[in-house]
Amino acid sequence: MENNENVRLMKGNEAMAEAAIRAGMDAYFGYPITPQSEVLEYLTAEIPKRHGIVLQAESEVAAINMIYGAAGAGARVMTSSSSPGFSLMQEGISYIASAQLPCLLVNVNRGGPGLGTIQPSQGDYFQATKGGGHGDYHMYVLAPASVQEMADHVFEGFRIAEKYRLPAMILSDGALGQMMEKVILPEEGSLPKETPEWGTTGKPKTRERNIITSLFIQPEKMEEINLGLQRKYQALRSEIKFEEYCLDDAEYILTAYGLAARISKKAVDILREQGIKAGLFRPITVYPFPSEQLEHHAVHARFILDVEMNAGQMVEDVRLAVNGETPVYFKGRMGGMIPTPAEIVEAVMTKINVLEESLV
Amino acid sequence: MKLNEEIIIAGFGGQGILSMGQTLSYAAIKENKETSWMPSYGPEMRGGTANCVVILSDAPVSSPIISEFDTAIVFNQPSLDKFENAVKPGGILLYEKSSIIRVPERTDITVLGIPVLEEAEKLKKKQTANMIMLGAYLELKPVIGQEAIIYALKKVLPERHHHLIPLNEQAIELGKKLVRELTGKEARNGNAKESVHEYSAG
Repeated sequence: MENNENVRLMKGNEAMAEAAIRAGMDAYFGYPITPQSEVLEYLTAEIPKRHGIVLQAESEVAAINMIYGAAGAGARVMTSSSSPGFSLMQEGISYIASAQLPCLLVNVNRGGPGLGTIQPSQGDYFQATKGGGHGDYHMYVLAPASVQEMADHVFEGFRIAEKYRLPAMILSDGALGQMMEKVILPEEGSLPKETPEWGTTGKPKTRERNIITSLFIQPEKMEEINLGLQRKYQALRSEIKFEEYCLDDAEYILTAYGLAARISKKAVDILREQGIKAGLFRPITVYPFPSEQLEHHAVHARFILDVEMNAGQMVEDVRLAVNGETPVYFKGRMGGMIPTPAEIVEAVMTKINVLEESLV
Repeated sequence: MKLNEEIIIAGFGGQGILSMGQTLSYAAIKENKETSWMPSYGPEMRGGTANCVVILSDAPVSSPIISEFDTAIVFNQPSLDKFENAVKPGGILLYEKSSIIRVPERTDITVLGIPVLEEAEKLKKKQTANMIMLGAYLELKPVIGQEAIIYALKKVLPERHHHLIPLNEQAIELGKKLVRELTGKEARNGNAKESVHEYSAG
């Protein structure tokens, strides 16, 4: 076992950083913030011994614009931050989406709003999935639920970003960043890389200049760009990912992503031990959202209980997906507090009791 | 018997709480087990409260966040107050003996006070207290083998401290011996588990 360099016990943040090096990342630009500083720390120690560039920018605003520039030159680039820092990046992300550049952005979500707390939260779901910056754009947003997925999603994020020429994002949280688990790291060099033909890498005689911009003064042109983006987001639906757990005969469905889904999984196990037919539907991509896949299960359920570490954000997408066919309830904790499996079990039982009483 | 051991280790920052948990998790990896190590992280470095939840399992770990534990290992009074009632019936509660004023009251679990700080002083290295406690735990619940623990120490300790691994091994052995003495003495009276409780509460 110890001879296998790919099997390690790592923090989520470290696993992500190691995966980025193995994915052939050309450059990382970032600014430290708890609870994701291990990413910059790990890369600063490792990259000089391996390959690529790591640079601590003077701010998150600078970091995201370095990403914009390097991505425009066709480099495989990544940044990471946590909630307040990620908010600072929103203008740059909108520019990158408009200029249609691939990059990987990571938000290790902490409790907010404001400077908030350094404890884990899912309060940035709206920002991640609905745009965040200005204009009609989306990112491909992966929501890992384990240290293993923190590593795997780095590869998947780069792959999708480059395939569709858009920013991909990993929406994690402080607990996933700080906790250690077993991870089987992806093989170094297993993610193919090509120099894109659109990159601003100088002008050879064989082609016209490549221009990277997000400024399209003519509204006709801007509309055309927007239509192109919308077609892209439609095509992105073929890249939807989700996990189904105990759903075949489920009468009560929990919906949750990321850490909340791990906790909900345990709640399902406890409920099943008590003879309650519970199941879990976990979106792995939170944009695009697996609406049809959820609806398919929801029509057979007595109710859905959505569990999040926020005031209820993904629950809106859940309600849109089931479109009134199934009652949708919500259980959440906010501001860095984490629900326990017992709390979720209790929330399910309370709703079941209300349902039973209404039927008597 | 399928392994699914859920442990909380709690005390002050600087007492080796987090590294004790990491030792178990690294050792679990070595033995091909599944594991999660979840720290309570905060802005403090030394002196603040610190705890970590470690899960060792044969099956993939579902929730790394749990509120009940098979074993609680506590190094100070606030941690004991907080986690005594979080131990599952039939579980284990180990505490640092000299740091506790109010002794545990539970009678449905195995309770054992170990003077690890005092014993660490005798080893002339007070940083070994956590490893004495680890030895005590492993004697009561041998969930991980010795070889894997030694492997784990190499991972947890920075290379400049690797010369201290034999001392840490010694500390682990000492912890095991202490538990054998504490429980063996009482075992003569009958049920070992119950007498362990009487011993520590008395």
